[in-house]
Amino acid sequence: MRWLFAVLLAALCLATTPARAATELTFYYPIAVGGPLTKVIDGYARQFEKEYPDIKVNPIYAGNYDDARIKALAALKAGQSAPLSVLFSIDIYELLEQDAIVAWDDLATTADDKAWLKAFYPALMANGTYKGKVYGIPFQRSTIVLYWNKEAFKEAGLDPEKPPANWNEMSQMAAKLVKKDASGNVSRWGVMVPSTGYAYWMFQAFARQNGHDLMNREGNATNYAHADVIDALQYWRDLGAKHKVMPEGTVEWGTLRQAFTEGKTAMMWHTTGNLTAVKDSAKFPFGVAMLPASKQRGSPTGGGNFYIFKKTTPEERKAALAFVKWMTAPERAADWSIATGYVATRPDAYATPKLKEYAAGFPQAVVARDQFEFATPELSTFQTGRVRKLLDDAIQASLTGQKTPAEALKAAQQEADRLLKPYR
Amino acid sequence: MRHVYGWLLLTPAAILLVAFTHYPAAATFIDSFFSTGTAVRPSRFVGFANYASLADDPIFWQVLSNNFWFALGTIPTAIALALVMALWVNDRLPARALVRMAYFTPTVLPMIAVANIWLFFYTPQIGLLDQVGAMFGVPSRNWLGDPDSVLASTMAMVVWKEAGFFMIFYLAALQSLPPELEEAAKIEGASRWYFFWRVTFPLLMPTTLFVLVNATINSFKLVDHLFILTKGGPDNASSLLLYYIYQVAFSYFDTAYASTLTVVLLALLAGFAVLQFLLIEKRVHYR
Repeated sequence: MRWLFAVLLAALCLATTPARAATELTFYYPIAVGGPLTKVIDGYARQFEKEYPDIKVNPIYAGNYDDARIKALAALKAGQSAPLSVLFSIDIYELLEQDAIVAWDDLATTADDKAWLKAFYPALMANGTYKGKVYGIPFQRSTIVLYWNKEAFKEAGLDPEKPPANWNEMSQMAAKLVKKDASGNVSRWGVMVPSTGYAYWMFQAFARQNGHDLMNREGNATNYAHADVIDALQYWRDLGAKHKVMPEGTVEWGTLRQAFTEGKTAMMWHTTGNLTAVKDSAKFPFGVAMLPASKQRGSPTGGGNFYIFKKTTPEERKAALAFVKWMTAPERAADWSIATGYVATRPDAYATPKLKEYAAGFPQAVVARDQFEFATPELSTFQTGRVRKLLDDAIQASLTGQKTPAEALKAAQQEADRLLKPYR
Repeated sequence: MRHVYGWLLLTPAAILLVAFTHYPAAATFIDSFFSTGTAVRPSRFVGFANYASLADDPIFWQVLSNNFWFALGTIPTAIALALVMALWVNDRLPARALVRMAYFTPTVLPMIAVANIWLFFYTPQIGLLDQVGAMFGVPSRNWLGDPDSVLASTMAMVVWKEAGFFMIFYLAALQSLPPELEEAAKIEGASRWYFFWRVTFPLLMPTTLFVLVNATINSFKLVDHLFILTKGGPDNASSLLLYYIYQVAFSYFDTAYASTLTVVLLALLAGFAVLQFLLIEKRVHYR
């Protein structure tokens, strides 16, 4: 089956690649065809071609991160990989295990190139670095922030300009924000943290705030069962089960934004990637803040990196390096951040006049940047799909009350150890 | 010579079938005896090791049992509902075409669209179910976030989606029944219920078998809704076998284990088909 799949994809790739005039640079980009961002990316490609007439850029829109990874790996197995791709930042171990990618350090030979590799926020480089070498260049990156409804805060007698700074404040403020109707049913919750889809990502924030990362930097060990990590999950569970400020059971990722913009929850934890959408649909003033702290602040980063594949000609590598350098230049990073809500990947982008002006009018846009100081890389290990799913299941099992956090996390840790042992 | 001619006619269809059905099935079966290869560790023969880890995999057993409940919950309900709807719109009633179309609409919609609509039905507080419930003072319920209700919630949606499709088959069958039978029954003074139970229903048996086979296959192959509604969660409470296969193949990239699961799925479906045809075929034709 996989053979056939690979052959078909290869045929598809061949069919879409016209004869090469100059160096042709095909790259997979994880977004559905026709989405608003395709226009932005196409625009960048055309602009780049104007500046570098001997390189032709060919973006292939490949669906979501999962689809893009599947397509890139299938093409690779068929021997027809695109030289360049934007893929999920946490795909690095999978790509390394398939021996599919090369380190950018090996291409960056000039002093200018080497300086470029150091220009990004260190927090964003963590997911792309393995054994001291950079494999992923941050491009569309996000992080989790707290959104709060200022109107609801005012109504509950809280200072609308002061979001919760720590866990205690969050549960206490949330309790005041819960609103019930005449028959005792909740019409507005205090806070919601989504737990479908990306439960592990949200939990990384809780765990980090309680002092711990969930995996090591080599990607071959997890830390699911530490007492502080268990406490972190207990706090998440208590928000629903004990403090009654969040619905019990799981909270759907996909509909949470609507729940917030329709005033059904006064606070939510969500990706910065939603910022522009919330800005467009919320009819009340809202604020964006860093996530609250327990022992410290903390939030994982997320999003996509540029990878360069091994099966590439020297010309393709040169072209890819030029293109990625161009795509991640400060002006582009600023422009991209304004267009999408993703964070700009480097400090000098925030010094550009364009982004400075934007941030002055919409200060919510720079909260994610300020939080980088406390950021931790997104959960990623060898066997990453399974190891992540173990954590997702453990979180959902405790949020729905089927297992205690200790039971669920200990079982997940045991299974993760079994999976990761061969990589140590 | 005629021999050759016959084979030539068969060739195009045979090539397609072999390339896209039989070869992949055979390759899947073979893959299930090998380990998943990576660049570092190439694939090798492991015998029944994949099947052994399948027997030890609690998630496999959970999705299998979910799938049986899912089949049990959706097939009889969808068939019964389809039959009732078909009988209803087969009668002379005002705006019959409109009612038929209304029943058929869910079938026309793509499953992904349907799931997106139902996601908002089920969403606590802002969802349709909760808003209607709130009018009657029913407390809000986290339909998809609670392992006790999530599978039933997805079943309700699938029944809604499937019943209209099966209705069309029953409707076609009903219209091919000779009207003399009904007239004769009326003259004999048979009640409507007696007529339905002793004449219509037995005559519809071939259709019922056809629908049953389709419904069974669908209950194992319809998983599109999970991508939108629950992603199999919470804690695999709504996951089904095919969705698990997708996860293993494309999220975990464990092609060998995915092949093993696929072999199980194929064996199950083949088993059902044989069983249905052998057992029910005997009683299908009313003479």
